[in-house]
Amino acid sequence: MTFDAPFFQILITAVFVAASAGLLGSFVILKRMALVGDALSHVALPGIALGLTFHINPFIGAFTTLFIAVVGIWLLKYETELPVDTLVGILFTSSLALGILFIPEQELLEALFGDISALGTIESISSVLLSIGIITALLAIHKKLALSMLSEELAHSVGIKNRALDFIYLFIFALSIALGIKFVGALLMGSLVIIPAAAAKNISRSLHGFMLASVSFGVISAIGGVLLSEFLAVAPGPLFILSSAILFIISLIVRKIRQ
Amino acid sequence: MDILTVRDLTVGKKSSPVIEKLDFSVAQGETLAIIGPNGAGKTTLFKALLGLTPYSGSVTWAPNVKIGYVPQRMEIETDIPLTVEEFFKLHGSVATPEKIREILNYVQLDTPILKSGFGEISVGQRQRILVGWSIMDNPNVLLFDEPTADVDIFGQESIYKMISHLHKTLGLTVILISHDLSIVYQYANNVLCLNHQKLCYGIPDEMLQAEHLQSLYGGERGLYKHDHGNEKAHNHTSS
Repeated sequence: MTFDAPFFQILITAVFVAASAGLLGSFVILKRMALVGDALSHVALPGIALGLTFHINPFIGAFTTLFIAVVGIWLLKYETELPVDTLVGILFTSSLALGILFIPEQELLEALFGDISALGTIESISSVLLSIGIITALLAIHKKLALSMLSEELAHSVGIKNRALDFIYLFIFALSIALGIKFVGALLMGSLVIIPAAAAKNISRSLHGFMLASVSFGVISAIGGVLLSEFLAVAPGPLFILSSAILFIISLIVRKIRQ
Repeated sequence: MDILTVRDLTVGKKSSPVIEKLDFSVAQGETLAIIGPNGAGKTTLFKALLGLTPYSGSVTWAPNVKIGYVPQRMEIETDIPLTVEEFFKLHGSVATPEKIREILNYVQLDTPILKSGFGEISVGQRQRILVGWSIMDNPNVLLFDEPTADVDIFGQESIYKMISHLHKTLGLTVILISHDLSIVYQYANNVLCLNHQKLCYGIPDEMLQAEHLQSLYGGERGLYKHDHGNEKAHNHTSS
């Protein structure tokens, strides 16, 4: 185990990616789209496969397919009356299957479960910058987002453009998922977004407390995951998810005690 | 002067419109009550008035009109992480601490409620807060969609008293959807009976006659007549 420069690079990247995912997660939970969000993250896989096939950065590939899926959901929601969740379930598990078929075997494990230790310096720096961008954007629109999620009619009555806001939110969602792929992989990325926020909801009464707790739980789990992976010499992604699951159980106990 | 003019308003599919060829207007300072059975298109009408749903025909608001809106009911989890104070602040920059206190005063609630969870308070309290929220930005028109759904009878009366007080003190135009005919008698200047189309329109004393109500709500036959202008009446099942 060595606490050298690469270790700190991994730790810092993980902290920023988890913080942005945690903040996004608080809105995913508010919008009650935890399962859709999780299924959606699988759409990254065919994108990674495309990236590997055509020798472009898998992040770009993942973001492209996620973005297409997100636009699809957005159109589905506003232009048709079809139930979104059924289609999401079918479409997105199919893309998981498609990804598994087309990603070369040696790359598959990394695509599914991530490997943050494989990040280069430039990738790390761009991940941190993108995370900061996501956090800034979410903070800038958080009141409008919360109101629109509470009631689209109320939001409209104070001049909020729900459709445009929804699009921005889904765009940020696609960006966050693509960003987390290196860290925890396409299979677990949904959890990186959802579990810290679900834990935070158990102990929060106010919106700002909820957002802060969600970010904090994400960051604590990231640090826990990276440290444990150094001790146990395994990939940090699964350890991150397990750390956040432990935090969730603790939050559930705290909630029970409070009641 | 009319603050709202609705002409030939049709909403929904052509084969089975939710609202069909509706005409009415609302004068400034008026309280208009919209009554009708469940599924008659009342909430859809509000959505069209707010521009939230596509429609054909015209909905014309007077220039510089500012609309406050109170939704029918909000499906809120009891453990939603949002305090009442934060809910007010979602309104944007108008929600200064002074303004929030002033609003609480209007809707007769005490300041400690600000720290309560928005999902924990009673339905009646939440309705008052929604009414308060809707008047924060000094609107000149208020749309109330069944402001007292799920509120007990005493709560209902005090909410209507409060709305009536706001109507008088702030000089607002009020358009409300209500199931409760006694409320309509007490507070409305005009009544619009709606069941997919306009069945009656006028002052409550005249409109709330037995024959109007029977045609609106169905009565024994569960059917109403409507006229396509060619004197050939035919039947529809009320929904």
